[in-house]
Amino acid sequence: MIGRLLGEAGTRARIALGLAALVLLAAPAMVDDYLLTVLTQSLFFAYLGQSWNVMMGFAGLLSLGHAMFVGLGAYVAGALFVHFGLPPVIGLFPAMALAALVGAAIGFLGFRFSIQGVYFALLTIAFAEFIRILFDHFTWVGGSSGLFIPVDNRTVNDLVHLRGTPEMFYYLALGLSVAALALSRLLLAGRLGHRWLAIREDQEAAQALGIDVFRAKMAAVVLSAAMTSLGGVFYAFYFNNMFPEQIFNINLSIELLLGPIIGGLGTLIGPILGAFVLTPLSELLSALTERHALIGIKHFVYGLCVVLIVVFLPGGLWPWIARRLGLDRPPGDGT
Amino acid sequence: MPLDAIANIATAGLLTGLVYGLSALGLSAIFGVTRIVNFAHGELMVIGMYGALLLFQHFGLAPLWAIPIVGAALFAIGYALQAGLVNRLLHAPEHMQFLLMAALAIMLVALCLMAFGPNAQNVTLESAYDSVEIGVLILDAHRVYAGIAAIAVAGLLFVFFRYHPLGKAIRACADNLTGAAVVGLNVKRLFALTFGIGSACIGAAGCIILMLVDVHPYLANTYTLLAFVVVIIGGMGSLSGALLGGLLVGVSEALAGLLLQPSLKSMFSFGLLILVLILRPEGLLGRRS
Repeated sequence: MIGRLLGEAGTRARIALGLAALVLLAAPAMVDDYLLTVLTQSLFFAYLGQSWNVMMGFAGLLSLGHAMFVGLGAYVAGALFVHFGLPPVIGLFPAMALAALVGAAIGFLGFRFSIQGVYFALLTIAFAEFIRILFDHFTWVGGSSGLFIPVDNRTVNDLVHLRGTPEMFYYLALGLSVAALALSRLLLAGRLGHRWLAIREDQEAAQALGIDVFRAKMAAVVLSAAMTSLGGVFYAFYFNNMFPEQIFNINLSIELLLGPIIGGLGTLIGPILGAFVLTPLSELLSALTERHALIGIKHFVYGLCVVLIVVFLPGGLWPWIARRLGLDRPPGDGT
Repeated sequence: MPLDAIANIATAGLLTGLVYGLSALGLSAIFGVTRIVNFAHGELMVIGMYGALLLFQHFGLAPLWAIPIVGAALFAIGYALQAGLVNRLLHAPEHMQFLLMAALAIMLVALCLMAFGPNAQNVTLESAYDSVEIGVLILDAHRVYAGIAAIAVAGLLFVFFRYHPLGKAIRACADNLTGAAVVGLNVKRLFALTFGIGSACIGAAGCIILMLVDVHPYLANTYTLLAFVVVIIGGMGSLSGALLGGLLVGVSEALAGLLLQPSLKSMFSFGLLILVLILRPEGLLGRRS
């Protein structure tokens, strides 16, 4: 299994991966509470970025409404817990199922009526906004005043109810991100991944080759939606509160895709790298500007980063770094 | 519900819709010519609103008289954006252009936040409570002025595109880019000009709408999405479609606000957007490509 996951990675890449894994595993023992929060949030955004990357990076489907899947995951698992005491470890299944269903609905409408490119992105925005307003008026889950998960004793780690110490949430986020990395790797190496890449590069050629484009695209949307909603379940029990105005907001949809864009669209490591650049950067900026209370500075720098990447390094940071460190496969080794 | 109340609200919606239409005109003109989806649309509009607000606060200039100044400033901003940045990405994949505009949008909102703070501000004019009576209709004077101003600016734009040599050249670019380049038109300059004109139009719409609503930075997202709804309903790239879409959205929002809870009214617009995307993605007046 591990052999298959590492696949053609060269020796240097294996060593780098091992080192990164070691640092991430040991991190909670070395950092203080504040840094642990930053790392947990970086991993959380890495995971969301990885989930989004399945759609855009692999299959070339631009979604600007991914916040709706985060929100659906958070609200389903959160509401089932608050109203029926259903532990999130079970609640995550209906949460993922609902997100997958909504993803399937968007995919079905989008692909059956061949809504492409920017129009498809607008369709995802329209759905996300529609659902946001719906939840704003959905009083069973608190409407616009939000849904709160009761905070209780956090000294004992309880994975079933997702109650526990910051360390538990850190390892949980790490686990999610590693699992998403492994899944992405397996998918890309498999048939489905190759179909996606073919569609991303040239849909008509892919169709001519006999690829069932509709099914492959549906698989990407459904999978990406379900993965993202799992991140939403984490969101609900990590932050313990959710408001439609925040969790379904288009700003979250955009924030979660900045990581993959900056790290490297369609790459495996890119979304993780991007999140680990952006989240600490934003924390640093808030710390630096604390005295001047410049509320917009974080987003200004976010925007600037994206503009610079789009104009000067459209492939993202990871391919550039990997080439310089010799972590990508040496050209022409034939595998 | 008395009939004249409905007529009143529908007419008010119609007048607001004219302003929506004018703003969407800017989005549509930019898309129709450069094929760039201006995701920073609402942000430019909010900058226009702040421009008018500053002129009012410092020089006591009423928003309608601020239109030429704000329009010129927004023209410069739009021209510079296209010439300096967007033109470099003309041949990049669609999603990269879209992301560039989204990133610019984030930066513009952040700039507004840093410059003006998050609180809502407005212009208070003495004429704010005046009303105009036409038969059974009793309308806010401001809304009537807004509608008239929107028609005037839109009319100017139509005349420019139809009769002015530059307008004709821009239309040539929209119709056939290669052909336009072959006959010697400077396509990149015309693109920049289009983005400038579109932005000026958006700025004018910002000045006008400042008479009707308070301005705050987070308004930008709402206006971007609203303009997309309007333009897609009318047909991306179609100028008359943008005006028609604006009227439809203005009236339907006003009526939805009357029949449903006011906060539900934008859900109506997004539902409409989904329907149009599915049933007639080229819009009501758009051309099939």
